[in-house]
Amino acid sequence: MQSDKGMTIIVKKMTQVLVGIIVLFGVYIITYGHLTPGGGFAGGTIIAGAFILLVLAYGDDIMHLRVTKEGSSKLENLAIFMFLLFAIPGLFMIPSVFFRNYLPLGTVGELLSAGVIPLFNIFIGIEVAAALFTIFLAFVILKEEDK
Amino acid sequence: MTLFVLCFLLFLVGLYGVITRRNIIKIVLGICIMEYSMNLFLVLVGYVHDGVAPIITKGSERATFVDPLPQAMVITVIVIGLATTAMLLAIAIRLYRKHGTFDIREINTLKG
Amino acid sequence: MEYIIGVLLILMIAGSIYTLHAGDLLSAIVSYGIVGFGLVIIFLFLKAPDLAIVQLVVEIITLIIMIAVIRNSSKEDLQESATIKVEGVQYVNLKQLLYFSGAVVLALGLMYYFYQSVSGLDVFGEHEMRMSQVYVEQGAELTGSANLVTGVLLDFRAYDTLGEATILITAVVGILTILRIKGRK
Repeated sequence: MQSDKGMTIIVKKMTQVLVGIIVLFGVYIITYGHLTPGGGFAGGTIIAGAFILLVLAYGDDIMHLRVTKEGSSKLENLAIFMFLLFAIPGLFMIPSVFFRNYLPLGTVGELLSAGVIPLFNIFIGIEVAAALFTIFLAFVILKEEDK
Repeated sequence: MTLFVLCFLLFLVGLYGVITRRNIIKIVLGICIMEYSMNLFLVLVGYVHDGVAPIITKGSERATFVDPLPQAMVITVIVIGLATTAMLLAIAIRLYRKHGTFDIREINTLKG
Repeated sequence: MEYIIGVLLILMIAGSIYTLHAGDLLSAIVSYGIVGFGLVIIFLFLKAPDLAIVQLVVEIITLIIMIAVIRNSSKEDLQESATIKVEGVQYVNLKQLLYFSGAVVLALGLMYYFYQSVSGLDVFGEHEMRMSQVYVEQGAELTGSANLVTGVLLDFRAYDTLGEATILITAVVGILTILRIKGRK
């Protein structure tokens, strides 16, 4: 894994170990967002931090970044579209309110409870992670177009 | 009461930085300090003495909770603050590429 | 409790005054971290764990982006001299003094009006929850979530979350346009 870009070999090995753990921790905070402190925003920023660590340690040419810039802003738009898609069926029910909680509410404290709130947490988490990662790529990696 | 006054003092330090500094990065830092002080003020208003974090657990039916409404508002404001700071820094980079300096007294021509 | 938060606030004020007067841009950005991380500790003392997580990670990302901005440009600051030399005799720079005294007068005026308007609020710690009484008492049955902040944010006030997501998308589009990022051919 020797290459000239990025940081030294110690940083690269430690990043290989740590990135999986950070992403797992972020996913845990997103999915248990309705039971413990956290939620969509906190977990989304943690996942963005994990990807930023990966890009900082390995340099420019990981993940073929031209493709990923298009991919990450498309992912962000797709996530917000799904968020709206799950909110619209509340309009067709009685009483018709936008953003109504229409899935069954279980008992308080279970993992599968609280209606649409876990789904909203997941989509908000994906959206925030993709937005912050795109902002980071725009500042650090990508180049200006020629005049 | 003194905590509110200290929080406003932090806001005034940020305002002083925006008014009197020449370097554009220092102006951006002053704006960020003003945003942080206002987030802190909103959370300070909603605090209750001997309250616990607003999460319902097994043994907290009789407890007094801290106000959850300002906390929900401030979560979104923190992430919005990051987006605003990033846009200000993008404008600063464009000014640097065009004029070659960060000094605002030399970037006073509107043409070109 | 008030004393700890007061001491931390005084530390943050000292850090922010040094940030605005630092000679080097890199040390200004590093000492800006004092304000951000002190805010994390204060949020934990005010019983707001969600806010502490979000503020911590957002502060780290802000520091990374700022260091990336000044990496390829000038790092030193532009000095403002307090005294100027005219023919060997030192005079005080009058323009500098005028700006500084103007800022002090504005600060005193704003502090007076702030004091008048804040003395009508409740004393710190005895907050009477008028709008949140329904959220705290019936939030668990109406939304089904044990975390009241998530329940407020995604069920009672979901429009604000939608607005925040819209702001993030607009900011990303704006940054990509201002920096003129090259697209794929």
